[in-house]
Amino acid sequence: MSRAAEDRWLIALAVLGVVTMVGAPQVLQLFTIINLTTAIGLALLGLSLGLIWGYGGILCFGQTAFFGAGAYTYAVAAQNWGDTTGAIVAAVLAAAAVAAALGYFMFWGRISDVYLGVTTLTVTLIFFNLLRRTSGPDYRIGRALLGGFNGTAAPPLRLPWDDRVILSPQAMFYVASGVLLLAFFGCVALVRSRFGRVCVAIRENETRAELLGYDSRLYKLGLFSIGGGLAGLAGVLVANGIGRVTPDLFNLSYAAQAIIWVIVGGRGTLIGPVLGAFGVFWLTSWLGTQSYFNSNMVLGLVLILFVLLLPRGVVPALVELATRRRRGALGRAERLRARRPKAGPRRALQPAE
Amino acid sequence: MRRETVLQTHDLSMRFGGVVANDRVNFALKAGELRCLIGPNGAGKSTFFKCLTGQLKPSEGRVLIRDLDTTGAEPHAVAGLGVGIKTQVPNVFDALSVEENIWLAARRWLDAPRAKAATAETVERVRLGDIRRRPVGTLAHGQRQWVELGMVVAARPWLVLLDEPAAGMTEEETAFTADIIREINRTASLIIVEHDMAFVRALADIVTVFHRGAILIEGSMDAVSADPTVREVYLGHKH
Repeated sequence: MSRAAEDRWLIALAVLGVVTMVGAPQVLQLFTIINLTTAIGLALLGLSLGLIWGYGGILCFGQTAFFGAGAYTYAVAAQNWGDTTGAIVAAVLAAAAVAAALGYFMFWGRISDVYLGVTTLTVTLIFFNLLRRTSGPDYRIGRALLGGFNGTAAPPLRLPWDDRVILSPQAMFYVASGVLLLAFFGCVALVRSRFGRVCVAIRENETRAELLGYDSRLYKLGLFSIGGGLAGLAGVLVANGIGRVTPDLFNLSYAAQAIIWVIVGGRGTLIGPVLGAFGVFWLTSWLGTQSYFNSNMVLGLVLILFVLLLPRGVVPALVELATRRRRGALGRAERLRARRPKAGPRRALQPAE
Repeated sequence: MRRETVLQTHDLSMRFGGVVANDRVNFALKAGELRCLIGPNGAGKSTFFKCLTGQLKPSEGRVLIRDLDTTGAEPHAVAGLGVGIKTQVPNVFDALSVEENIWLAARRWLDAPRAKAATAETVERVRLGDIRRRPVGTLAHGQRQWVELGMVVAARPWLVLLDEPAAGMTEEETAFTADIIREINRTASLIIVEHDMAFVRALADIVTVFHRGAILIEGSMDAVSADPTVREVYLGHKH
């Protein structure tokens, strides 16, 4: 897709996003709005993984480590401080810091992709198991009890300038949509910047990038930390949607789902993982309302079908289809032009009669 | 005028387990020189090359670029000194366009407007203007090699290390590659590892012959070709 065509799509997407953000609370029920807020948080988690996997080639199987770290930091900080704005900042920074620390060892150790996947998955499962064991009054940070298996309360957002006012679910929906929109277009700007283009180059051929003089470790660490920060922000949104943070945020189910969103939506695009997250969220909710099929089995089937039939995901497949259509139309027009009789000079010599 | 030495190695050795790939190599390159490294397969040329570029860390000995000790430095640090490197296997960004490939090389050292200008200029210089937007992965072998040469040129290096720049090229393509290399040599010193004897003869003033991991002889192509040992180990088979 050319840059101009991409720009047109992005503008359309921005308009659609803003219309949905403003319109949805007017037409949808409160329950749906609250559910959507959680879905938006998960979409942001998908976006963060889509960024580092799709553009940096970093297959992080434990993106939930940063997601959960963000959520827990938010809950603990908000319970202690009362103010939630500072808690959000702390959550994003803490998640980015966890990613940076983990990334430092992985990238400077130059471990390969498979080990990177295993390492990150292990880290998130360690967090999961660790936090499950934090029940009892001994495990507290300031005023916040970690609560083990049951987790701890995530206080709802308050106005930054007046912490007596708690945001309504509608307002929370506006905040979540706004955050997702900003994060999405921030990522678009990032992948178009010099930094983003170098990251793509490193994904394509790390040796070449190094021989050009780019320190690939530094770029990967930068991208990984940004992805970690975004995942932390996603954790804040989901914590607000659910109202609690529990060790489940770190568990295998979320970790695997994030991978599925990216595969289904399309790796190497930013919108793909977001749509993938919404799509799978909708599918799981719908499957939850019926009792004929086991929903996990259906999800597994969906994943298998995608890997077999659309290995690159929905969005790249659609883009290719559209490009081929356009090329086809151009080709037909050209063939038509070629078939038309040429209006060249008439033959000068007429056959003698 | 005495020319400055831009790259040298002192007793450089590289061992892989029990295999000695390089054995106490002492090598020096003067500013403005175009040096070809030749030798039969397994003579240790490519290992030596990789030790120079930082892709391998030598077991013993030192590499000096200008007066800086770069032994075991990371490749990006070696490149950071203004050294342009092309590896044996075409090492390009396959999914990216010709232009993007070269821009990435230029943008490492130049600011945005100058990188853009350098990219446009380089694309023309390696004659890939017509296919500048095509992904490099779809190009023919020779064109991919030129993309990589373009990446080396775009960064405006003062020292250039090329491993088999003409491998797998037709005669015509080889001639054009030699032209590009001569042009690079106007502003940079070069070390070229090469198999193609006609190519080496057309380019180099001095060649270094590797044999069994060490330098066998150094001299002009004529002198080297006349040497009986060289004829025996290498050229004898070919000429």
